[in-house]
This record gives sequence, C-alpha cells and structure tokens, in this order.
Amino acid sequence: MTSIMHGDRSRLRGIRIWAVLFWLIIWQLVSIAVANDILLVSPLQVIQRLGELIFTEFFWYSIFFSLLRIIGGFILAACAGILLAVSAYRFRHIRELLEPVMLAIKSVPVASFIILALIWFSSHNLATLISFLMVLPVIYTNVLDGICSVDNQLLEMAQVFRLPVIRRIRYIYVPQVMPFFRSGCTISLGLCWKSGIAAEVIGMPKGSIGERLQQAKVYLDTPELFAWTLVIVLVSLTFERLFLLLLKKIAGRLERM
Amino acid sequence: MEPIVLYKVCKSFDEKTVLQELSMNIPQGETTALMASSGQGKTTLLRILMGLEQVDSGYISGMEGLQKSAVFQEDRLCENLNPIANIRLTNPSLSYIQILEAMHEMKLFDCEHQAAAELSGGMRRRVAILRALLAEWDILFLDEPFKGLDAETKRQVMAMTCRLCRERTVLLVTHDLSEAKAMAASGLISW
Repeated sequence: MTSIMHGDRSRLRGIRIWAVLFWLIIWQLVSIAVANDILLVSPLQVIQRLGELIFTEFFWYSIFFSLLRIIGGFILAACAGILLAVSAYRFRHIRELLEPVMLAIKSVPVASFIILALIWFSSHNLATLISFLMVLPVIYTNVLDGICSVDNQLLEMAQVFRLPVIRRIRYIYVPQVMPFFRSGCTISLGLCWKSGIAAEVIGMPKGSIGERLQQAKVYLDTPELFAWTLVIVLVSLTFERLFLLLLKKIAGRLERM
Repeated sequence: MEPIVLYKVCKSFDEKTVLQELSMNIPQGETTALMASSGQGKTTLLRILMGLEQVDSGYISGMEGLQKSAVFQEDRLCENLNPIANIRLTNPSLSYIQILEAMHEMKLFDCEHQAAAELSGGMRRRVAILRALLAEWDILFLDEPFKGLDAETKRQVMAMTCRLCRERTVLLVTHDLSEAKAMAASGLISW
C-alpha cells in the first residue's frame, strides 16, 4: 500500500516537472516568434535578469520588506481567525455578530480595501493590513467548520470520562480541526501574497517588491517585471511548503506529547 | 451503599416515548444486567445515567459525584492514537508496562504502535473495553460490550472484565442472558 502510494507520488512529481519543462519551452518558442522584449521576454532573459538582481542590495531588502509585512498579516489573521472561530463556536451571539463582517470582508473587492486603507493610513504597512483582511475570513470559516464537524461521539466519550479541557483539545479537537486549518492555510497563503503585492503596487511603499514591480512597469522593463514575479512565486511557494511542514510537525508533536 | 434510584423516569424524542414512567433500584457494588427488547430504551437509559441526556420527568438519585466509565455500542477511539495512548487518555497515571500487560491479557499482541484506525474491528473493541476497565471509575456502563467478538475471544474478554468488575457497580446492557450470567450479574432488570 505504502509503496503504491509512494509510486503514485513520484509519478505525480515527475508529471509536474515534465509539464513545467513543456511550458517553459513553449514560452521560449513564443518569445522567439514575438521577438519583442517589451511584449514578451524569454525565460532565459528572465533568469539572466534575476542573476543580476540577486547581487544587488535592494533585491534582498525588498524581499525582506514584503515578506515581513505579508507574512506578518498572515500570522496575525491566522491567530485572530482561530480565536474568533473558537469564540463563535462557543457563543452563538458572537457567531451571529461575526457573520455579516466575514461576509463583507469576503465580498468587498480587494482594491476597495486598498484605496480605503491608503486614505485612512500610510502605505508603509498596507500589505500587512490587506493580507490580514484576505486571510481572516478563510481561516475563520475553515476552523469554524472544522470545530463544528468534530466527532460528537468522541466528545460524549470525553464528557463521560471527564477528560480535562487540555486533553480534549490536544487529542480530539486538534487532530480533527487540523485538516481544515491546513486547507485554509493553503488557500490563504497564495491569497495573501497576491493581495499583499497588489496593495504594494497601488500604495508603493518605499522598498517593497510592489514598488519594484511598479517601476518596472513605468520603465517598460519587462525582464525585471518577470524576474520579480518569479521571485514572488518562489518566495510564496517556499514559505507555503515550510509553513505546512512546520504545521504538520507541531500537530504530530502535540498528539505524541 | 445506597442504591441508584430511578423514579418514574420519562424520556421522549420528537413525540416518540422511549421511557414511560420507568422506576427501578440499581444496587451498587455489583453487576446488574439490563435486558429489554430492541427499541425499549436501554441505551437511552444508559445515556441518561451517563449524563448525556436529560430526563423529561421523574428523578434519579444516587449518581452524585460518581466517576463514570463506559463501553459504548461504538468503539469511540481516537483514530490517530495507538491503543496505549487511547487507554492512557482516560487514565494518564497508568504506566506503559501496566497497559501492555493488560493488553496481553486481552490477547492484544504487537499492536501497541499501530494507530486505532489500522486495527481490526475485534481489536478496536478490546481496546475500547480495556480503556473503560483501566480508567478510574465508581460506575461502569457496558452497552453491548462484547458485540463483534468471536466466541473464544469473547470468553477471555468476559473473564477479564468479570475479574476487574468484582464487587464494583456495573450496568450491563445485553440481549444475551448467557452473557449476563457469565458476567456474574447478580441483578437482572428487564422491562
């Protein structure tokens, strides 16, 4: 069974690499056909530009600037989402009170939030606020769904045996809510990067990746635009993998303790 | 010890009456078998005594402050935990060796590192029984506890259960009179 699953996973990974290579070749061929560096640069030019950028000081500073703010917003939203979901599960009135707020945050276009935030505050920490707003309803909804779907039979067992709250949380709630939280994190990690960078492009906080993207647009520097986009994808994916791995380890450790 | 007294207990679910003015005395310090045909409210009565349901009318006395333990009709194990962790969940003071010895007595061999989800139905059942027996309790509820066990395993498990329940308050719900006898039930209440 394990070997079959392992085989499937390797096959999937193989298909992914193959697919990526296929599209990179297509991209290279199209860029050769278009033959216009402003409209479409080739992957090789992007790599070359990236190679130049990584030796500059502002490259690392911009990554650090945006990473800190976007991830900061994500972590704050994840903590707030869990706390609010637990409160909403425990108190019906809190759940009813939060329902329209979460619906509003989900429905209002991100651009409206960005513009409002620029009117109310400075652009310096705009990405934190925007990524917080994008992540909060996802984590809240997922965690609340997870808590609501906890096996009632196990909760009854815990009630009969008078299990202390800490043990109930660790052995009953955490294992059953974790898949919901993990799936919420997977969705919202991509979302917070997209919205956070969009906020930076509009607000242009000094030293951010968004500012670099905006400058690349102004100077029609398409290779730099693509290079920064590639950086965002790589940083976002790396953080997502690391975060989910950490989450898995924490959950496993909690259950083993 | 004062008996547990039920007086004119009524319980309905959506206009379906399950218990109608049920009165009985359950002696403490011994095993009592509850027998009734299907749908007569045996499990509901157990759930009321466990504190999982409220009575519509009537009263129950003698249950105050009692530490409960139970084998439910379902195994109700934490699927991701191994048998040792499942048993220790209800009684963390038990040592690994104590649990392992009890598991061996129940013919549960070489499964201490397997998650409950990976165990067979019979093994899961025995873990659920062991969890209830090894917990700290004043009253034990057994709701058809030996369901799904083969004859030989059932005999061994019943012998161990019987030994660990001697002179303690046990309520056994069963359809099988021979099971009640094997468990040395001194009282038999049927309705």
